[in-house]
Amino acid sequence: MYKRDTIAAISTPPGTGGIAVIRVSGDNSEKIAGSVFKPAATNHGGFESHRFYFGKVVDSEERAVIDEAMVVMMFAPRSYTRENILEIHCHGGAVVAEKVLSEILKSGARLAEPGEFTKRAFLNGRIDLAQAESVIDIIEAKTEAALQLAQQQREGFFSRKVTEVAEKLRLSLALVEACIDFPEDDPGSADLSAINSSISFADTVLAQLSSSYGDGHLIRDGISALIAGKPNAGKSSLLNALLKNERAIVTHIPGTTRDIIEESININGLAVKFLDTAGIRHTDDPVEQEGISRTLARITTADIVIFLLDSSRPYSPEDDMIFNALGSEVPVIYVLSKCDLPFLIDLPDSFDNIPLLRIAARFDIGVAELLTRVRDTFLKSAGEDLRETITITRTRHRDAIDSALKIIRRLRAFKEEPLELELLAVDLREILFILGCITGETTTDDLLDLIFSSFCIGK
Amino acid sequence: MTVYENIYDVIVIGAGHAGCEAALAAARLGSATLLLTINLDAIALMSCNPAIGGLAKGQLVKEIDALGGEMAKNIDATGIQFRTLNTKKGPAVRASRAQADKQLYRLRMKQILENQKNLHIKQGEVISLYMKNGLLSGVDTRSGIRFLGRSVIITTGTFMRGLIHIGLCNYPGGRGGDLPSVGLSDNLMELGFRVARLKTGTPARLDSRTIDFTRLEKQYGDDIPTPFSFSTKEIKMPQVPCHIAYTNPRSHEIIRSGLSRSPLYTGKIEGVGPRYCPSIEDKVVKFPEKERHQTFIEPEGLSTVEVYPSGLSTSLPIDIQFAFYRSIEGFENVEIMRPAYAIEYDYVDPVQLHASLETKLIPNLYHAGQINGTSGYEEAAAQGLIAGINASRRVSGKEPLVLGRSEAYIGVMIDDLVTLGVTEPYRMFTSRAEYRLLLREDNADLRLREKGYMLGLADDELYAEFKRKRELIDAEISRLKNSRIASSEEELDFLARHGVNDIQKGTTLERLLKRPEVNYEIISGIDPVSRETRSDVKEQVEIQIKYGGYIERQLEHISRASRQENTRLENLDYSVIKGLTAEAKEKLTRFKPDTLGQASRIQGITPAAISVLSIALKMQERA
Repeated sequence: MYKRDTIAAISTPPGTGGIAVIRVSGDNSEKIAGSVFKPAATNHGGFESHRFYFGKVVDSEERAVIDEAMVVMMFAPRSYTRENILEIHCHGGAVVAEKVLSEILKSGARLAEPGEFTKRAFLNGRIDLAQAESVIDIIEAKTEAALQLAQQQREGFFSRKVTEVAEKLRLSLALVEACIDFPEDDPGSADLSAINSSISFADTVLAQLSSSYGDGHLIRDGISALIAGKPNAGKSSLLNALLKNERAIVTHIPGTTRDIIEESININGLAVKFLDTAGIRHTDDPVEQEGISRTLARITTADIVIFLLDSSRPYSPEDDMIFNALGSEVPVIYVLSKCDLPFLIDLPDSFDNIPLLRIAARFDIGVAELLTRVRDTFLKSAGEDLRETITITRTRHRDAIDSALKIIRRLRAFKEEPLELELLAVDLREILFILGCITGETTTDDLLDLIFSSFCIGK
Repeated sequence: MTVYENIYDVIVIGAGHAGCEAALAAARLGSATLLLTINLDAIALMSCNPAIGGLAKGQLVKEIDALGGEMAKNIDATGIQFRTLNTKKGPAVRASRAQADKQLYRLRMKQILENQKNLHIKQGEVISLYMKNGLLSGVDTRSGIRFLGRSVIITTGTFMRGLIHIGLCNYPGGRGGDLPSVGLSDNLMELGFRVARLKTGTPARLDSRTIDFTRLEKQYGDDIPTPFSFSTKEIKMPQVPCHIAYTNPRSHEIIRSGLSRSPLYTGKIEGVGPRYCPSIEDKVVKFPEKERHQTFIEPEGLSTVEVYPSGLSTSLPIDIQFAFYRSIEGFENVEIMRPAYAIEYDYVDPVQLHASLETKLIPNLYHAGQINGTSGYEEAAAQGLIAGINASRRVSGKEPLVLGRSEAYIGVMIDDLVTLGVTEPYRMFTSRAEYRLLLREDNADLRLREKGYMLGLADDELYAEFKRKRELIDAEISRLKNSRIASSEEELDFLARHGVNDIQKGTTLERLLKRPEVNYEIISGIDPVSRETRSDVKEQVEIQIKYGGYIERQLEHISRASRQENTRLENLDYSVIKGLTAEAKEKLTRFKPDTLGQASRIQGITPAAISVLSIALKMQERA
């Protein structure tokens, strides 16, 4: 292989866990393994690839034992980065792992940048661009479903689907090119209608992928839900019920929650970031005023608004302020809170056709129903197992697929009156170029290979 | 060794289609030029099919003409059947093709060379380059003459270590009936060039008196033959038809029965042959489901009985050839006058060249034509022209002429050759050009005439006429953009009668002409001015307007790509650049691309590698 410096990082998430994994990649990996690790049984000075060794990680200067560990070498090219990789599995906990890492850095590695292992895997041709990006998604994945989605993409589901479309279109292009370049050989007696069918196949598949972006992107990035309501409407109690712990301060003094508190939870695979906001009311307190204007501003930027109406108190001008601030772009779930208390609210006529969800956060009544509604508002594939549907999560992919679709739609408009072949070729090439950008593949000469292997041509 | 008294500016080795254009271009640009050939009677001989042009090749010929080359004029003067191909498709993929009278073609070219100022033509076989103090200084011939020269262009075609195969029998030859060139390729290897083998083939030449043409389909040329050259007014040669015949299952049986004695299938031939020009045994083996293969029977000339059955090249043994050709309907009694054969020859991988066609290894040495692994007369001629121009410019201290991929098929071809190298004979296809809509036959003069004139290869009169045409086109386009139809009842009636409906009131003639169902003829029904417009101007205007949107998109691509194309990669040590894969380093080191654009076209060089390279370049700039 080639010379490149050796990188190292703790690969397990921060915090306490059973074990921590420190990964090292580069030419120096084996040397580092030899200097920081002493195997229990002698390994005759060498490591076998893909074999675990038990032993001790030691401090090179003080010869002190840092931890007991399992160590494995994966030699190039049979590794994730296609470089020599060393993994040290030691006990979890920040202190131990940090100490092992610093020992490795002393022995000739440098700290890896975020995503650098994946970058090397990509540069060394181990994975394609779409796969590399989804590895980054795995690292950043917020929920289990997002993780599975990323996993699926990494394994090339998405790439395969795109490749399948590209292959069909490439064959069409080959036919078009053969008709153009070999008019006397007449490959054109070959069926041009095959082109139409592969274009409509591409249309279907790409449209499917494009529309799955909605879900895919929601699963990857999650959504934000704004809990809005006048002071003491029960917002923090609801948030607490949602979070099932006492993170947000719950109090009966109006206006305690001045700032916006953010918390994420996972509803069947959808990451929802709940924003608890300052209660809305007319106030002269400058701090509170700031909080209120921020809340009103966030109503339009949240993905969904949960509007809490305190059922134990009469409808007030503050409620009306919020009601009027709700636009039509953002979905709203109207919730009557504190339904365990006497019912005193008198809703105006403007609420006549609005469905209301009753909850009592203190007794956990209606909270699950609220979560289901939030999820169903967003995921079209409600109830379906998200792992089964192929989904795109990247804006870049969606944009690429949409621009390919645009050309395809234009082509299909010509169905009645076939476009001149040389123009069809321009469009097909452009689509193939766009799809190639998704997988990071370039294809230049293989078109001629395809022509000569598919059609009997030449004199 | 006798040292000849003259010192030439440019010495051209070989007088095939590349050598002739090279010698003419150099001499016309004022360089003292010497053309050496093994056989003075074989100048510009068409070794294979008796035709010029075809898809992408026609474009090359017109580009050669626009730059000031000879091929177009030569075929116009000696062509005996002219056809425009793909007439049912769009103008970008239309191409001209003509059958040539082989002997007339050769004789006319020889005459042109003989009448050319600054040009000496001599018979002689070059066996080595003459290097003095490490500098290229001339050539040595087999008969013991040393010719001194400042630059040398090698255009040896299939002659270097040529080996002819007919069945399992083989013998050295440069072409059926000609001696090979021996020694020169060894010399090139000693100088450090990578030399390898390619293979090509040609069908038998048949005696037309023994063919029953009444049973064959006739194929005539166009009623009014269209010349290749922008300066030819009219084709004066008599025009003759070709004929179409077909092989049949019995022919294929015969072919199969000979495979055990095929040099191709027994491994006697090491060289790689062209996939686009397969031998008949190749077609039968690879496409067993096809029950017949078509062949065009092309006349070799007006005053010979020899005909050329295209698509039926073979290297099978002669007894199989007899049986095979006679198995075709109408050919039952056919006499073979020259047998079919395959030929292996040495070529020098063109990745060892700059885009000027000068070798990277030896300054002032140029390679053009089949030595670069191409096939085809037109491909050879185009390279010859560029090599001739650049050798001449080099000697007079001028920058080389390099055409871009967006300017000319010649640019596409040379870029392909020097960037990607060659592993099978390279033929021009329109699909190789990413800007095909711009690189048309019809606008070759608009693309390149100006360049030809600036180089000094087009005379003033020709150039003035071209400028006039260009002005008329611009004027007509702006006239159409600014003329609105009156939308009178009469006009709308007329348009409706020609199937043109839903006219927007006051629309311009340009927008009207953009519509697929409208052409100039219809326009002239309501627009008296266009009745007077020259037909070549109308053709251009119509194409430019109809293709408008697509052309704009292609131009946009070009301007986006131009930064990469213009970023030079000089003095880069790829082995130390961080982030390049081993494969990329190896390929870049081997191919030595001149520009970032070239690098991006090398297989295995990914977009990631290109961004790594551009970062490395920026860091180098800063350092």
